[in-house]
Amino acid sequence: MNSFEYAAPKTLKEAVSLLSDTWGRTEILAGGTDLVTSLKQQVTKPNRVVSLRNIKELSGINDKRGGVAIGATTTLAELIENKDIKKEFPSLVTAVEGIGSPQILSAGTVGGDLCQRPRCWYFRNGHGLLARQGEMSLPRDGENRYHAIFGNDGSALFVNPSSLGPALVALEAVFTLTGPGTKERTVPAADFFRTPKTESERETVLKPNEILTGIFIPTKGLKNATYEVRHRHGFDWPYVTASVAFALKGGAVSEARIVLGHVAPVPWLAAGAGSALVKTAVGETAAAKCGDAAAQGAKPLSGNAYKVQMVKTAVKRAVLAAAAT
Amino acid sequence: MAKTDWPVAEKRTLIGKRIDRADGPAKATGTAKYSYDLNKPGLLWAKLVTSPHPKAEIVGIDLSAAAALPGVKATWKDDLKEALYIGQIVAAVAAETEEIATEAARLVKVDYKPGEHLIKDTDPSASTGNPSKREVGNVDEAFPKSDVVHSGNYGCPVITHCCLEPHGQVTELKDGELYVWPSTQNVSRYADRLGESVDVPQNKIHVECQYMGGGFGSKFGYDKWGTIGALLSKQTGQPVKLMLDRDLELMTAGNRPSAFAKVKIGATKDGVINAIDTEVWGTGGTGGFNAPTVPYVFTKIPNTRITGKGIRTNRGGQRAWRAPNHPQGCFITMSAFADLAAELKMDEMEFLLKNLQFTERPEFDAPKVYAEELKIAADLIGYKQKAHPRSDKTPGPLKRGLGVSIHTWAGAGHASECDVTINPDGSVEARIGTQDLGVGTRTVIAQVVADTLGLPLEVVKVLIGRNDYPQSGPSGGSTTIGGISVSSRQAATTALNTLLESASKRLGVAADALEANGGTIREAGKPTNKISWKDACALLGPNPVTKRGVNVPGESAKAKLTSSGVGGAQIADVSVDIETGVVTLNELVAVQDCGLIVNLKLAESQVFGALIMGTTSALFEEAIYDSRTGQMLNADMEFYRLAGIKDVGKLKVHMMTGPGYDDRGVIGLGEPPVISPAAAIANAVANACGVRVPNLPLTPDRVLAALSQKGGIA
Repeated sequence: MNSFEYAAPKTLKEAVSLLSDTWGRTEILAGGTDLVTSLKQQVTKPNRVVSLRNIKELSGINDKRGGVAIGATTTLAELIENKDIKKEFPSLVTAVEGIGSPQILSAGTVGGDLCQRPRCWYFRNGHGLLARQGEMSLPRDGENRYHAIFGNDGSALFVNPSSLGPALVALEAVFTLTGPGTKERTVPAADFFRTPKTESERETVLKPNEILTGIFIPTKGLKNATYEVRHRHGFDWPYVTASVAFALKGGAVSEARIVLGHVAPVPWLAAGAGSALVKTAVGETAAAKCGDAAAQGAKPLSGNAYKVQMVKTAVKRAVLAAAAT
Repeated sequence: MAKTDWPVAEKRTLIGKRIDRADGPAKATGTAKYSYDLNKPGLLWAKLVTSPHPKAEIVGIDLSAAAALPGVKATWKDDLKEALYIGQIVAAVAAETEEIATEAARLVKVDYKPGEHLIKDTDPSASTGNPSKREVGNVDEAFPKSDVVHSGNYGCPVITHCCLEPHGQVTELKDGELYVWPSTQNVSRYADRLGESVDVPQNKIHVECQYMGGGFGSKFGYDKWGTIGALLSKQTGQPVKLMLDRDLELMTAGNRPSAFAKVKIGATKDGVINAIDTEVWGTGGTGGFNAPTVPYVFTKIPNTRITGKGIRTNRGGQRAWRAPNHPQGCFITMSAFADLAAELKMDEMEFLLKNLQFTERPEFDAPKVYAEELKIAADLIGYKQKAHPRSDKTPGPLKRGLGVSIHTWAGAGHASECDVTINPDGSVEARIGTQDLGVGTRTVIAQVVADTLGLPLEVVKVLIGRNDYPQSGPSGGSTTIGGISVSSRQAATTALNTLLESASKRLGVAADALEANGGTIREAGKPTNKISWKDACALLGPNPVTKRGVNVPGESAKAKLTSSGVGGAQIADVSVDIETGVVTLNELVAVQDCGLIVNLKLAESQVFGALIMGTTSALFEEAIYDSRTGQMLNADMEFYRLAGIKDVGKLKVHMMTGPGYDDRGVIGLGEPPVISPAAAIANAVANACGVRVPNLPLTPDRVLAALSQKGGIA
């Protein structure tokens, strides 16, 4: 890593003021589980790193009217030890437990999980976020076994690595972003993530001088669950994730959201799958149909067609797991 | 007089017992210092500059910007004209901190003229040079006589050693003497020619390696980084630490060649193999390629032919990887056997037993021993209860299956010298220029010496890991335990005999009639006529007794102190989730012989480690390269996956001991048990889900792809 200036302000206002309005000049440090590696890999070479560690109000989980408010620097371990989270949102707990590394759970934060950069090996090996060489896309014609099968028409072929993203989109969480002068704006989780079109864009709607400060999850009594297809049991990434949330009315599904992870540059809302589940009494057949619907429209690259089958299975199993809660 | 022969079972006090690793506490608490841990006063950090091109002419190297960075103390550049792979070393810097060195390395300007490169190793037509060919009998005449012929393709990718402690060393050139603390498998001979580049003669080179974190065949020489460390230290007069970063460790410090094979195998309808024809190709990167032996173990099959084709690619060069070529040959052979057995509708185990007549080992009834080992393995895993024909018909997505494999290895002791000193106060010291790769070499030497002298373990102090101790061979080929146990046994025996001579006058009987036992020297057959060990040693007068023991390989084999040729059988029990392609190892059973076992606990521990490493190669490991850029994409421990504790299932180890095994002398064990896991696991997967997943590692994408082919369950 190159030398940089380090700031650890005590207030949010100060933190925001220390951020540049141009990407790459400054970076935000929370748990550091991604940023430190990114610095070492020279994926980013900031002049200044702004730590959120000393800003006490950014951490903690509180009941709020109609839901739960989570501070962005709450650690992943704190999140899944929380009673309300355990009771209301098993989909989050499964997603976090899947990370499989006590070290990452203890140091990693909720906000950091949502803002971490993609793991695309071309990106991490210095070929840029979109990994293009002139007109050529390195992953499209290269090693793309872990890349996107949805939303891959453009230049971005990486997958969003967030563990919490799919579950929070499915649960209709709302994120608070704080900018200069501590001006806040709120963004639905689904709109927080975006697919960059150029190298100078990033993977979320955050501006360079904004900080993701809070996450609000409405408590609506939704059945919810996450299923991750994982090979290695220890610290590793899932191949495919499915997070589901649905409401039951009189034994039938009245609304449903199915969100996939590790299949697209963003947590991928499988709208057709949600519709397929509505009005069904959840069972093996309905769950399998929902899984098939989720896989509709996938456009596998040369080396990742296997993910289509995994999507079907992950959705089916997540739906059944949610129904069992 | 005491004799060098190994004691019979009832006379062994320490040999053959379960004894804890002597350096376990030091390692667990962190007091054991590895090369990486050595921070000497004035230490400089070195970083390497490596080629970013898979093939390029090196036009020029400009060190000036790097040298000008404050904190940089020394620079070095190679006179290399051409880089042949990404990660090839071209220059180096040494600086006051690791961070400055890293930054300086980036400031080195290298002018490259990139050329055409080749990465892909899966196409045999890309091979250059003449294929190797070997034929026994006549394959073409034999196949028409086969009742069933199976053809299949099987492949193992390039994998790396991925040593947890990377390659490298701390070097200090001071007052004309060169001190090196490397991570090495070869303490005695590590530095043979290291001094040439810095004009230091061999007698002024001091090598020390007390602990090392894995080598697996990749840490025999001082390598380029050894020379660079010496040169940088010479420039500065300061100690220099040069350890490879993880990416370089995976790209440049060795790998295991790939092996892809097309196999045709025929048998009569009763399941006896009559012919096997194999074409095998693969890459050793910039290094050579030797075709693995197929058929493996079953070398007496009457008609066999193998054609080998090496593909030279722009990747780092291969090095010996724990049992070189055996795991690949084993995987290809056992896979083809299991597939043929399935076509014959024959149980895999029955098929192997039927063909054991084709196995051979020197001076050894191979078919009998393999049959015995297979039977024990079958009992341990419950083969009779669990075995089913290929394809588990149980409803639901989880399919379970068993797979079997057998393997062999040589493992006779290497040349080794050891000095044992008995001090007048009764304390004992063993000095030997060997190394402990983490397997328990120290412990074993102490056991042999203490057992020989009739003493408790803690009386013996063991000194290893320095090149000024009596020289002992490199730890390769599983030759260490045979070498060091013979040399230390011999040294201890000879030293003891001197002591017995002095004691004989006191006890009034000839030295011939005396023995060391339970901390005493006593008359054999008349234990009351004795003297304590301490008193006996005091009789030596002021001077300690030091005697040298030497293991001369051919001679010790004749005397059955060590010998060659071990074998083992393994059975895997796996579950395959056919809806996700995820393979889970439920259980892996290993039965292994290795002659006289010095420490049963450490031997089992060695097998456990091998099973985990073998399982890793079966399920996770693959060096993934991008063809266009030539880059290794997973030169990290994120996507270069190793098995963790939850991935390895239940491991059961059974060591063969007793008559027929003990009397073969001490034989090495490091390599053999790593050979079979991938073969057994791959066969278990085929048995579970009904289709062959032809290529390792058995990742979900490969399993799903195989299942979607005709014949799969899904």
